[in-house]
Amino acid sequence: MFDFLQYDFMVRALLAGLAVGCVCPAVGVFLVLRGYSFMAETLAHVSLAGVAVGLLLGVLPFPAIFFTAVAAAVVVEFLRARRNLYHDALLALAMSGGLALAVVLFSYAKGFSVDVQGYLFGSILTVTPQDLWLITAIGALVFAVLIFLYKELYFISFDEECARVAGLPVQRINLLFIFMVAGTVSVAVRVVGALLVGALMVIPVMIALLLAKSFFQAFWLAVVTGAGVTLAGLVASYYLGTASGGTIVLLSVALFVVTLAGSRLKEFFQRRRSLAVEAAREKSPEALPRYTNILAKGDHFNC
Amino acid sequence: MNVVEVREVSFGYEQNQVLAEISMAVEKGDFLALLGPNGAGKTTLVKLILGLLKPLRGQVKLFGSPVEKFKNWSWIGYIPQKAVAFDKRFPVTVEEVVLAGRFGRLGLGRRPGKEDRQAVEEALSAMEILGYKKSLLNNLSGGQQQRVFIARALVSQPRLLILDEPVAGLDSRTLEGFYRLLARLNREKKMTILVVSHDTGAVSRWVNKVACVNHTLLYYGRPEELFRAEGLSLLYGAPVRLVAHG
Repeated sequence: MFDFLQYDFMVRALLAGLAVGCVCPAVGVFLVLRGYSFMAETLAHVSLAGVAVGLLLGVLPFPAIFFTAVAAAVVVEFLRARRNLYHDALLALAMSGGLALAVVLFSYAKGFSVDVQGYLFGSILTVTPQDLWLITAIGALVFAVLIFLYKELYFISFDEECARVAGLPVQRINLLFIFMVAGTVSVAVRVVGALLVGALMVIPVMIALLLAKSFFQAFWLAVVTGAGVTLAGLVASYYLGTASGGTIVLLSVALFVVTLAGSRLKEFFQRRRSLAVEAAREKSPEALPRYTNILAKGDHFNC
Repeated sequence: MNVVEVREVSFGYEQNQVLAEISMAVEKGDFLALLGPNGAGKTTLVKLILGLLKPLRGQVKLFGSPVEKFKNWSWIGYIPQKAVAFDKRFPVTVEEVVLAGRFGRLGLGRRPGKEDRQAVEEALSAMEILGYKKSLLNNLSGGQQQRVFIARALVSQPRLLILDEPVAGLDSRTLEGFYRLLARLNREKKMTILVVSHDTGAVSRWVNKVACVNHTLLYYGRPEELFRAEGLSLLYGAPVRLVAHG
């Protein structure tokens, strides 16, 4: 059953997938809850320009991707804060600008043997031992910083103004967070590709938000879901012979649809039960005690 | 030493001057209402006091220190105008919201401990919402959510409590209870309170000082004198008749 574990490339793919599957949604929780979901997508597209710049300058793709993503995020954030421009429009501009730059630079780099498709859709099955070290090290560093600043990032995401008044260094933490997003995108591009990084940062978080009853639960559910779908997607792609990045994202989308349907069904039955309680209350008040326990379990109440 | 000192502060955006030459002080133990019509610059003044905005001219001091150098932020509890207008999709429990009020005094990276959780329970008990500790904030009524945000402001045991239009959307009975609670905190805990409101009649019964702002400071003193001096007409720019709430 686990015959895929006898292949070194598959073990490396699973370990790299686990690292990226954990760290992408961990960063994504704070992006989604601050309404910055599109930021991950934008930086991933801009990162392609970083790949092209790296190839032209003859440097490793990772630092080139990282610095391009940081530069794009800082410029977008600066323009949003200082120039009073629409955030989503700025992100769209950065995304198309980054992609266009990548296309032009790739055409200059025709002489190089460039695996553009690998950067677009990921090439996890070709992860080398050096790649694995880099992905694990950067992933672990980002995750450690996220855990260290967990309470500060939560407070800033929920109520930035009060976080400032509480004396938290909001600006510095926001800047550090941009570096963490850029670092995550840089390593995740290798695994799921630039076109699908955003999905791994956002979809597990959306699944977690459907189920979570606290911020703590949302964070850890997103991490576990991200890791789960990445590992399951890799194994499925091995047996089905499909592209790993696409399989991981399709699996996430399927899980989201199932979770959404399940939560809607739960709501439907809860509403029906509440209506039954109301009907029983109107029909025979003496029957009420039998139902009060059900009411007490409900989360909704008024002043 | 004044708790808050605002000296000749002016603020504006490009051609639009929001506040001009405001000077006022909040003394220790004051229960002060900052009054004025909508758009008078009350929230802007609060943000200047808290260092969230920088004045074009003038200076703000908190507990004797210029606001830009002030470090003891756990001495201040703040409830912003739009506290209850939080993102309703944000999955956060009452306990998680109130615990955030302790983060400023904890320091970067340090986890809340037993003492912090005890303080949360005490703040929730004081607000009579301890039973909802594990509930999602979004599942509470508007009045209960307001209490949660007050608990968050109180959990760091602040010396100065600043509330920006905290009663918007509350019914008159809840409103009465809310001001009674503030008066009790002011009296028993010796907490200095600054409350922003445009509801002059409701708030002036409870406070010992009022500051009336309509782009400039129009009145600063005891509430009784404001009504005697027909200061309200001056404040609103038209004759004003006070109507008692329900």
